[in-house]
Amino acid sequence: MKRVILSYPYVFVWMPLFIIAPMLFVLYYAFFRDGQFTLEYVQNVVANDTYLGAFWNSLWIALATTVICLLMGYPIAYILSQMKKRTAALVSLLFILPMWMNMLLRTLAWKVLLFDGGVFQQILSFFGAGNVQLIYTPGAVLLATVYDFLPFMILPIYTTLQKLDRSLIEAAHDLGANGAQTFTKVVLPQSVPGIISGITMVFVPAMSTFAVSTMLGGKQVMLLGQVIEEKFLAGTDSVLGIGSTLSLVLIILVIVSMVIMNRIDKDNSASGGTLW
Amino acid sequence: MKRTLSIILSSLMALGVVLALASCKSGGGETTPTGSADPKATGDSGEKTIYLLNWGDYLDKEVKDEFKRLTGITVKETPVTSNEEMIIKLDTDDCPYDLCIPSDYAVERLIAKNRLAEINFDNIPNIANIDPQYLKLSEVFDPGNKYSVPYTWGVLGILYNKNMVDEADLGSWDLLWNEKYSGKIIMYDSVRDSMAAALCKLGYDLNTTNEEEINKAADELIAVKPLARAWLTDSIKDSMVLGSGAVALVYSGDAVWSMMPDEGSDELEFFVPKEGSNIYFDNIVITANSPRKAMAEQFINFLLDGEIATRNTEYIGYSSPNVKVAENIDEFFLNCSAYNISAEDVARCKVFRDLGDKISLYDAAWNRIFK
Amino acid sequence: MKRFLSFLKHSYLGLVILFMYLPILVMIVMSFTESRTAVQWRGFSFGAYTSLFKDADVLDALITTLVVAAVSSIVSTVIGTASAIGLHSMRRRPRMVVESFTQLPMVNPDLVTGVSMMLLFAFIGIRQSWGLLRLIIAHTTFNIPYVIFSVLPKLRQSSDSLYEAAMDLGCSPLQALTKVVIPDIMPGIVSGLVLAFTLSIDDFAISLFTGGTSMNLSMLIFSKTAKGGVHTKFCALSALMFLVVGVLLLIVNLRSIHQEKVAAEQKKKVMSRA
Repeated sequence: MKRVILSYPYVFVWMPLFIIAPMLFVLYYAFFRDGQFTLEYVQNVVANDTYLGAFWNSLWIALATTVICLLMGYPIAYILSQMKKRTAALVSLLFILPMWMNMLLRTLAWKVLLFDGGVFQQILSFFGAGNVQLIYTPGAVLLATVYDFLPFMILPIYTTLQKLDRSLIEAAHDLGANGAQTFTKVVLPQSVPGIISGITMVFVPAMSTFAVSTMLGGKQVMLLGQVIEEKFLAGTDSVLGIGSTLSLVLIILVIVSMVIMNRIDKDNSASGGTLW
Repeated sequence: MKRTLSIILSSLMALGVVLALASCKSGGGETTPTGSADPKATGDSGEKTIYLLNWGDYLDKEVKDEFKRLTGITVKETPVTSNEEMIIKLDTDDCPYDLCIPSDYAVERLIAKNRLAEINFDNIPNIANIDPQYLKLSEVFDPGNKYSVPYTWGVLGILYNKNMVDEADLGSWDLLWNEKYSGKIIMYDSVRDSMAAALCKLGYDLNTTNEEEINKAADELIAVKPLARAWLTDSIKDSMVLGSGAVALVYSGDAVWSMMPDEGSDELEFFVPKEGSNIYFDNIVITANSPRKAMAEQFINFLLDGEIATRNTEYIGYSSPNVKVAENIDEFFLNCSAYNISAEDVARCKVFRDLGDKISLYDAAWNRIFK
Repeated sequence: MKRFLSFLKHSYLGLVILFMYLPILVMIVMSFTESRTAVQWRGFSFGAYTSLFKDADVLDALITTLVVAAVSSIVSTVIGTASAIGLHSMRRRPRMVVESFTQLPMVNPDLVTGVSMMLLFAFIGIRQSWGLLRLIIAHTTFNIPYVIFSVLPKLRQSSDSLYEAAMDLGCSPLQALTKVVIPDIMPGIVSGLVLAFTLSIDDFAISLFTGGTSMNLSMLIFSKTAKGGVHTKFCALSALMFLVVGVLLLIVNLRSIHQEKVAAEQKKKVMSRA
């Protein structure tokens, strides 16, 4: 007669089979070769410049994307939160709409813009700088990741700012705080949960992206995700063990960033209560 | 009530898993997988589909449509960009493709790995259209012509823009290393091809397994990295046509495509470097476990038909071994230096051989280049 | 000063909106060019659209995308809702463990989920040629957590005593569930379903690793444009997608604005009567 039973098919069949088992496979392939335990892949990954290079590329692109999105997105969220409710709803729709478009098509748009002889190069050549290389550069990859993930930064911040208690701001003003003080002492601290979820929503996917670098990087900018993809699907030397080890690196990185975010977000522990 | 419901639900799921496992056991053996285990073979109410693992832009869509009109068989393509990728995708018991078009050394490797099916030539009368000299050349990698049918051939060479490159710089692989064209050199994102250019430049054999020679060639490619605009595959054609590259390492067929009258550019020209180069033969093969072998053979025969092959060649631009094509093809191709490759050029070229385990030397070098 | 600040604000907002829409605009413009590759403008034509509609691969991928999204979102909604109801009445310890594992597909990068599913499928023998089944299982797996976590809050809001009251009044447990609990948490179920459907349509990384011979739209776009030039038919596809998404969002929002208005008017009436 217990409702608990309803969860059993999921808890005892689907979850172990399709959530837990796959992760164990990644672990297995990273540490076993033909049934024998080995640290070969781990050593290989740590010692190989290709993988380290891709790791650093991914890390700096993800960090730069997150910072740029935050700097660009926060003012937008703030401006939105100050608008009349109906206008804000309509304008925020403008930022939601691209999110609903397929991410690959949005990245593709940048390929069209930046391609040799494309719109941007034509504009640049009008100013006499037509030979500047645009596509297949780290800049192109960074630009497209910022573009792809910007809405994911704006919306959570906007949501928290929207819920902000207006009377707090008025109180600060009444107590003699100027605009800047009100912002740093009242608005900013209150919007931390939004910032945190924005950062997570941008950093994690940016760290593991590979479509963007494959489409706009031309092998000049290798990202970790692209190396993993090549190991599993298309590479010249496909090695499941190396691919799995690199996947583990990615997981560890994500967990670390989550932990850091949770630490910062300690005050706001409403969402907590699970193991990670 | 709820208990029964949940028991039914979980047992249904468990049943699904067991079924999947069971069908894997019955289908995964060495013999042909049971047709009924494959939803694609029976499911779509008699609709017939064969799966082709192919290079991008390497089969005219209208040829596929025509085949479907005639036979009711749909050809579905999965694009790949290198022979190595093809080998990986075919080298598994769980290979879902029926047909593939790998190059010579990849055919050799796949035969060695028992991944190809012997073709029944009784079903392919149009094999008579293939110039016998190509069948003879194929014996190098497919002794007895049992597993493969020649599809195209060509050589690796340099495509350049006449308005951007000085005539004095032409003729040698050195052009790819010429600092004058820094930022306008496009390399091919493929191990064997890029390494072949470097090895030939240094005067080594392009099938070398000598570690020192391979490392020297890799050093050459590292030297070209700062000069290179990018390492691409199919998009080399666009970049060259639009004039953003001056020099590119290409397959002759891609060069033909870039020089075609309507979409190409008349500023482009192609040459085979004097140090020698690679000559390649791309071949249609059938995978060992294909449950649709008869349909695959039907398609191969269709591709060898004189008229179809001509149309297909005029679309893809790669030189054809089909004698009927040589008779019927548009004059542009016969006058094109990258299509109608001279006998002297061919004489300087060598076929890639399968290097077996030694390929790891190349992989290591490749990784070193892109660190 | 204040005016200047407001001018600054609005122009910044305008600039960022331009940044968001410029690429989409260029894609739309390029969908009408005559040339085959979307780089330079070469005269007006509908050629990109005709070649898009003639392309059997695109149609095929569209069907695959929709079938996978429909099946996986429905299956994950059923499993997810049932599990959420069960989880809600579970004791704290085990519930925390289950919830933690459930979060894995949400926390993990898509790439890792895709890779791990691919390894699993290879091991248990769900063959590559069963692409559709592989896609549906993979998509259902990453959808379930989103359904669970949109239903759970609704369960917390609704009172447990409702369920017990229904039983006291003579309902069977099943009736109590279908007549009382489920209607009560319906908004959560619906938003879970919608979320699952959109996530499935938008997915790329997981599909790429698990798809086998079945290709959804994302896989098709990637395989046809990642390394080559961009055919204008993909510009046409973008333009159409943009149109569909725009119209859908507009309808949804106009409806909610309309509902708000109706609610406000009713409130006014009630107030005036009082």
